[in-house]
Amino acid sequence: MSEAPVLTEPGKAPPSRRRPRGKHGFRKFGAGRPLWSFMVFVAAAAVAAPVVAVAVDGLTGLTGADLPRGLGGMLLTTLGLMLGVGTGTLVVGGGLAWLVTAYRFPLRNVLVWLLVLPLAMPAYILGFIFLSVFDVAGPVQAVLRAVLGAEAGIAQVRSLPGAVFVMTLTLYPYVYLLARNALLEQAPGPYDAARTLGAGRARALWTVLLPLARPSLAAGLALVMMETLTDFATVQYFNVKTISVGVYLVWKGSFDFQLASQLSVLVLLFAVAVLAGERLMRGRARFHQRGGRGQGLETVRLKGWQGWAATGACLGVLGAGFLLPALQLLWWAVGELAAGPVPLRAEQFADYLANSVVLAVMVALACALVAVVIGHSLRLGGGALVRGAAQLTTFGYAVPGAVVGIGVLLAFTVLDDLLEAVGVAGGTGLLVTGSVLGILYSYTVHFLAPAYQAVDASFAKVPPSITRSALSLGAGPARVLARVHLPLVRPGVAVALVLVSIDAVKELPLVLLLRPFGFSTLSVWTYELARENFWEKAALPALVIVSLAVVPVFFLFRQVRLTENRRKEH
Amino acid sequence: MRRRSLLGTTGFLAVVMTGVSGCGVPGVGAESADLQVYTARHYDLEAAFSEFTNQTGITVEFISGGDAELLERLKAEGEDTPADLFMTVDAGNLWNAARQGELAALESETLDQAVPEDLRDPEGSWYGLAMRARTVAYNPDAVDPEEFDAKDTYAGLADPKWKGRLCMRDATSAYTQSLVASLIDLHGRDRALEIVRGWVSNDVQIMSNDVLLLEAIDAGQCDAGISNHYYVAREQAENPDLNVSLHWASQEGAGTHVNISGAGVVEGSDNPEQARQLLEWIASEGQNAFVDASYEFPVNPDAEPEPRIAEFGEFKRMPLNAEAYGDLNAEAIDLLAEAGYE
Repeated sequence: MSEAPVLTEPGKAPPSRRRPRGKHGFRKFGAGRPLWSFMVFVAAAAVAAPVVAVAVDGLTGLTGADLPRGLGGMLLTTLGLMLGVGTGTLVVGGGLAWLVTAYRFPLRNVLVWLLVLPLAMPAYILGFIFLSVFDVAGPVQAVLRAVLGAEAGIAQVRSLPGAVFVMTLTLYPYVYLLARNALLEQAPGPYDAARTLGAGRARALWTVLLPLARPSLAAGLALVMMETLTDFATVQYFNVKTISVGVYLVWKGSFDFQLASQLSVLVLLFAVAVLAGERLMRGRARFHQRGGRGQGLETVRLKGWQGWAATGACLGVLGAGFLLPALQLLWWAVGELAAGPVPLRAEQFADYLANSVVLAVMVALACALVAVVIGHSLRLGGGALVRGAAQLTTFGYAVPGAVVGIGVLLAFTVLDDLLEAVGVAGGTGLLVTGSVLGILYSYTVHFLAPAYQAVDASFAKVPPSITRSALSLGAGPARVLARVHLPLVRPGVAVALVLVSIDAVKELPLVLLLRPFGFSTLSVWTYELARENFWEKAALPALVIVSLAVVPVFFLFRQVRLTENRRKEH
Repeated sequence: MRRRSLLGTTGFLAVVMTGVSGCGVPGVGAESADLQVYTARHYDLEAAFSEFTNQTGITVEFISGGDAELLERLKAEGEDTPADLFMTVDAGNLWNAARQGELAALESETLDQAVPEDLRDPEGSWYGLAMRARTVAYNPDAVDPEEFDAKDTYAGLADPKWKGRLCMRDATSAYTQSLVASLIDLHGRDRALEIVRGWVSNDVQIMSNDVLLLEAIDAGQCDAGISNHYYVAREQAENPDLNVSLHWASQEGAGTHVNISGAGVVEGSDNPEQARQLLEWIASEGQNAFVDASYEFPVNPDAEPEPRIAEFGEFKRMPLNAEAYGDLNAEAIDLLAEAGYE
């Protein structure tokens, strides 16, 4: 993104044989691949439509007089939560990435990929398990009371710090993944150079590696922030009233959708702040790999207790974020299965499973495709407008799922009216809620951001000179995409597919709102049981969701292992 | 990825999309049911609906979701909506759906006889079908039921003697909101605010769901709390040693706070006659099939409550004012925030 202007700088533009630029150029619209730029605009418009619909609905008739009491508190809580989870994921995710990349210690080769697993554990599921174990009525505090007397207990578990803890455990892999990619892909050369020039490890880390990893850390952090901002279920469990909870509270409490839209505009402002922060952190940083790969970071063997301490740190995070909660779910599920008939018939189960899987795969492919098209178009020379449009496509992620869903309904109502006005009988009818198209569309709107972040981070590492060379040697944009860009950004595409499919399996409000009759998914099933506190019954579908989300994580393992092997070959 | 695999990917996407939308569109390829129900009620509905189908031959299909979301969806779908029946919890929700013009007015003598007057809309737009009581649960080791204020149990919990002994649901819970709305309706806003402030100054512990709340009472973490009656029944059924008893609130005063699950025929329904038939069946013969599994009380006085909740004994209920629940809900939220109730 930030390097895109290179192509539009006067005098540096690649000579184009087909379409000589006019005297005044096409600067605003980019150096000149109108078809590709147009595709970015289409994607942006499609993604922005529901968000805009909500914003317009919210801003019309905005008086400010009706804004709910306690709004200031909600804003502060939201800030506190984002700050806490941001710091937490940065420390845990970044720290672990550095640990497994720079050091060797017992079990490191397994832990390096196992540490991604908590990504498969939805925060709302971990949150409940955590509370059922550590809250006042749970076994831990019961034992404490039995041993130490009635007054013994842990400081309020259901609180902001509790929510920060649980969300950090489930969200740190975003930072871990992107930080590790950065450390593996671009850091080795400069790092080696710094070391050769006499910098100590610590100094090389602070002065070379961290600044180099900054764009990736920023991208990971932005994803974490947006997930935090739109979370609804987890914060509810922990009694943390964020602005997103406020949206639901107002909407459900007063049945005033417009007021809820107005609050959503506030959520949007937070999102804009997050995205702007990401840009700022990335700054004008432009890091490209020149020439071949470096030797890879030299890894230091941690000896004795240091090695085991490192293993312990990784196992601790992994155990708390995935292994123990998964065991607890398994325990509940087995108990439930042993107790009586399965709460769902086999064919229904197969049906829900298939729906969840097919949806996740389709959405992941759609998001990755759009993300690649956008990244590629920008690389061809976008200009400010195209870059702005590309930024627009990431907003959907920062809007709570149910609000996106409503936005899709609103947008299609407008489209329907328009079509009927121009004489199409019946308009679009029930295109949105009558088929899975509505769900697919809304998922794409909602999940394009992680795909785009991942692909964009990969594009950022491709030197513009490569694109320029390919273009100047006469390859058309499509050929450049297929032969040059795609192979180079493959790691980013893989990450995009994984992130989106995991998110899609876990997603709840959108499918609840937009699904057609007879269509249900595992997350809906879990939700309906969990809502009534049938947690033992909900354990089985929750376990299946977690297992499903583990599958794409395995693809990620392969990716990680490939880079590992490549590293060893050198 | 080379170009070939990109094309392959796109092709695969197209194939999958065709496949899924083919089976996903109702009416395309699959025979859809006679009646479609949008429901925000989250109990085992299938048993009741299939019994109805067995008796009448009318098939029923449903999707469940949040009340506000389903209502918004009804509005967006307008007259294209496939829904025939809108079923939801909380009288305020029903009142609101009716006010927003989403429910058709019925004239049904069967329904008018089966459902008590305060549990249905005077225009016939919606009918209560199941009833729940929100009352006091307590740990019998720590509380003598005499301690509860017999006239106004809810207000009595504001008394300083309950300091540090109470557990209640959070302010985002519809249960809390409709209880507070009924207190506003009963006492006026100022007095209701005073009551809620009293709870808060008693250091009430806020629980995110009723089951956690009952477990906390059982564990001795708090002595008493406010819970729906059916959670007590359910927890007792699952754990016979549960050290939690139920007390009917305000029996010498206005009565125990109740709320309903109910339904109305959707304005855009293509099948209003059969939809009415389903409503009539649930309110009469189908009462037990509809309420027993969830331990709710039947609304129809002729139907027997499920044995476990019958053991709680008969109780006097506070008359339900749906308009108040609907209209005062936003005010209840505002009041809870003003009182500093989390």
